Amino acid sequence: MIQSMVHVLLALISAPLLQGVINRVKAFFGGRRGQPLLQPYFDMIRLLRKGAVYGNTTTWIFRISSLAAAAGPAAILALLPLGRVPAMLSFNGDMIVLVYMLAAVRFLMVLGAMDTGSSFEGMGASREVLLAALSEVAFMLCLAALAAAAGSFSLSGVYREMDTFGPVSVMSATVLLILLLSENCRIPVDDPRTHLELTMIHEVMVLDHCGIDLCLIQYGSALKLWVFSALFSGICFPFAGRSLWADLLAGLAGVFATAVVTGVIESTMARIRMKRLPEMLSLASVLALTAFLWEILV
Amino acid sequence: MIQILLLASLGITALGAAACSMPFLKGRVAPLIGGYSAAAAGGAALLAAILVLVNGGQACFSSVWQLPFASFSLKLDQLSAFFVIPVSLVCGLAGIYGTGYMADEGNSTGGRLSWTWFLLLMGSMITVIAASNGILFLVAWETMTVSSFFLVTRYHEKGEVRRAGWIYLTASHIGTALILVLFAFPGAAATGSGTLVHPACSHGLFFLLALVGFGTKAGIVPLHVWLPQAHPAAPSHVSAVMSGVMIKTGVYGLLRMLTCLGSPEQWPIWWGWVMIGSGAVSALYGILNALGQRDIKRILAYSSVENMGIVFIGLGVWMTGASTGNALMSSLGLAGALLHVWNHSIFKSLLFLGAGSVAKASGTRDIELTGGLLGRMGRTGLAFFTGSAAIIGLPPLNGFTGEFLIYWGAFSAVYGDNGFHASVSGLLAITALALAGGLAMICFTRLFGTVFLGSPRSENAGKACETVGSMYIPMMILAVLCLAGGLLAHLVVGFLPGVSIASGTPEVLGRIALVSLALPAGMLLAGALRKILLSGRSTTTSDTWGCGYILPGSRMQYTASSFSLPALLLFRGFVSLRLTTRSNGEYFPNGLSLKSGLRDSFMHRLYEPLFRSLHRLSGWFSGMQHGRNQLYVLYMAAVLLILLLWELGV
Repeated sequence: MIQSMVHVLLALISAPLLQGVINRVKAFFGGRRGQPLLQPYFDMIRLLRKGAVYGNTTTWIFRISSLAAAAGPAAILALLPLGRVPAMLSFNGDMIVLVYMLAAVRFLMVLGAMDTGSSFEGMGASREVLLAALSEVAFMLCLAALAAAAGSFSLSGVYREMDTFGPVSVMSATVLLILLLSENCRIPVDDPRTHLELTMIHEVMVLDHCGIDLCLIQYGSALKLWVFSALFSGICFPFAGRSLWADLLAGLAGVFATAVVTGVIESTMARIRMKRLPEMLSLASVLALTAFLWEILV
Repeated sequence: MIQILLLASLGITALGAAACSMPFLKGRVAPLIGGYSAAAAGGAALLAAILVLVNGGQACFSSVWQLPFASFSLKLDQLSAFFVIPVSLVCGLAGIYGTGYMADEGNSTGGRLSWTWFLLLMGSMITVIAASNGILFLVAWETMTVSSFFLVTRYHEKGEVRRAGWIYLTASHIGTALILVLFAFPGAAATGSGTLVHPACSHGLFFLLALVGFGTKAGIVPLHVWLPQAHPAAPSHVSAVMSGVMIKTGVYGLLRMLTCLGSPEQWPIWWGWVMIGSGAVSALYGILNALGQRDIKRILAYSSVENMGIVFIGLGVWMTGASTGNALMSSLGLAGALLHVWNHSIFKSLLFLGAGSVAKASGTRDIELTGGLLGRMGRTGLAFFTGSAAIIGLPPLNGFTGEFLIYWGAFSAVYGDNGFHASVSGLLAITALALAGGLAMICFTRLFGTVFLGSPRSENAGKACETVGSMYIPMMILAVLCLAGGLLAHLVVGFLPGVSIASGTPEVLGRIALVSLALPAGMLLAGALRKILLSGRSTTTSDTWGCGYILPGSRMQYTASSFSLPALLLFRGFVSLRLTTRSNGEYFPNGLSLKSGLRDSFMHRLYEPLFRSLHRLSGWFSGMQHGRNQLYVLYMAAVLLILLLWELGV
């Protein structure tokens, strides 16, 4: 139990560091020295010092959207196992609650974007909900395959059982990696660094957020990246240590290794055309389905 | 006591209906009598049903009736009480809403009579659910159809309303015809009074008849075509009743019929497959079509098709679980389906009432002409926001709980060794629920975002103002119920009829409520932090970022059609999307236009050709009908002659 709490605390503190690691990996591949590892923290502190500017058309929806962006993933941490370290709260069906909590955050973020009445943010919102609808299917199927393989309906149970690496793990880990990239707006799905609003997905939804609100959103995305990294690394780097403390350390190493993997993918891949993204997410669904059928038939 | 309450509620609806039909009522009196007798009747029936559900047991009332085989027998058992609760609640609140909504129609005959039909609809729904005699059931079922037909055609001056009314009447009667066949079998006349076994006919045929007959009322694809026609045509408080609770009488009828077909363990496995399959098709087809509509009430009507699909998926999970001997799967499937029946009746009636307020305030049901209403209609907007979040199934609201139990039932088929049928049907249920959930997110962010957020897209929408208290207070009550249903589901699941709830289920639901409360709690915390940090700093407002463009207008906003077009293009194979583009084909094009529209494939490709050919076919017989009496007498004589010859054995 104490390990679970330590995990949540560490996640809350060091989630922005993942972004720093990804940036350094990308800089390494680009032949640059790159920004300091702690740059995401510096950015957030700078944003926290600012005042606020709100759009004329916006209502309370816009004001609460940024709050949800930070609070949602933080609440989800309570349901998140790290490798074999169980979650603070685990019960039958916590995996479904996790998916739907993410959906609740997305609901408010999308409405916050539409609240501005900007065509760009509407466009981003439209793309976001479509990709989310497709990735939710892949996510659910992947969870079904994992539940079938582990014989458990709670995330902690699944991650406790999945300590060997079989075909189902390979397929589920691939699905989770695709989900990590698409849900966290990484290349090849979305490129946060592009300068053209027309080509963005997630970043364009937060064009009108500034100051503290933007800081909350950035912190929330860091936490969300942590959530998906933990889900991916628990399957991809299964490790069963002697004690839970060893598992915790291994889990943390796995999360940061995932950040490195993400950085490598971002450095070596081009962005996929927007029209092809649904194909990629459908591929993830098919892969998850294959994992499931493999589990029950083979 | 319970009998008295139930009869009192039926009596109030009858008296109120009679009173509203009196031609000497003037002005605002008819709406007040109608609305508040609906509320009083709803209160009485609600109390009766809650007493039955909490105390257990059942309440019966019987009295003689002159019709052969018929008796005026009412029985409120657990299943009936379960369905009476949403009916009485939603009808009562919709009645109160109607007093405000129909206030300016009090003087007209149509407006006054609409209250008669409304109360008749309410009374007949309660009777349908409480009837324990087959003839009484059928009479009430028919009264329900006819009274709602007259409510749908309230504004019959418009051609589209008349068309909607006819489609509704035709669809209902095709369904009723099958139910009549079902009841014509011996022994069926006494519904709910024992098992229905007839050696000459297999249970499978009964099941299919019940599925199609009651499925028409429930709005299951491909029998759904009347919903998107009838709901937009009817006044909004009537749509709330029809979509919120009347379609649930179809589910009730199906469940009641199923209880007569032996114990669930003996049902063949294909029943479960049929239920999950039809549920999955309805859920996906319904929500995909909702994505392409511009009429706010048509969006909600298609979303009802989706939600009834979810209920059917839950029932299918129940039946598959029972057939394969998986007790956890079956109890969770039924519990989830029943809970979703309640939840859907709450948030869908809330959304329809909200749609009525929006249409009244902005003068249009076309969402592309609305926008920015949240600033002007704060209370309506807050209620609509709650309803939208609930219908997507977001925790901590009530929509999540039912879907969660169905998910759990389906997952319990997946983990552990359950054999091929259970696992694969469970997986089908999971896939359909997940995809429908994601598409519902598109649909309702589009709806709420377009109507309530941004800036107004038309002059009328810019002048909209908040409605009267009798309209927003019922919505507020429903919104609070959405929240309560999400947080207190663990107290409710124990009272679901026919469900032996697995141990641990209430605990899990309690934990879900706790976890999902962490989201608003965290938001409060972050909000407090922001408030502290912002105190003393400048907080200003400014124009939305327009990419440097200096004259942004409300027409530059993203439209609802563009919002959902990528999804529709992706699923183009399943919906009939029509895109017409026009351009001059030059390098510097001008006069470009793009038009998108969605037609219901079943209406367009199945029913319209079918009824056209029926019409052609009947045209062949029109030669027999001249309107000349001599000819008709000749026909009769000819038939008599043929019968005579037959009798003589020639």
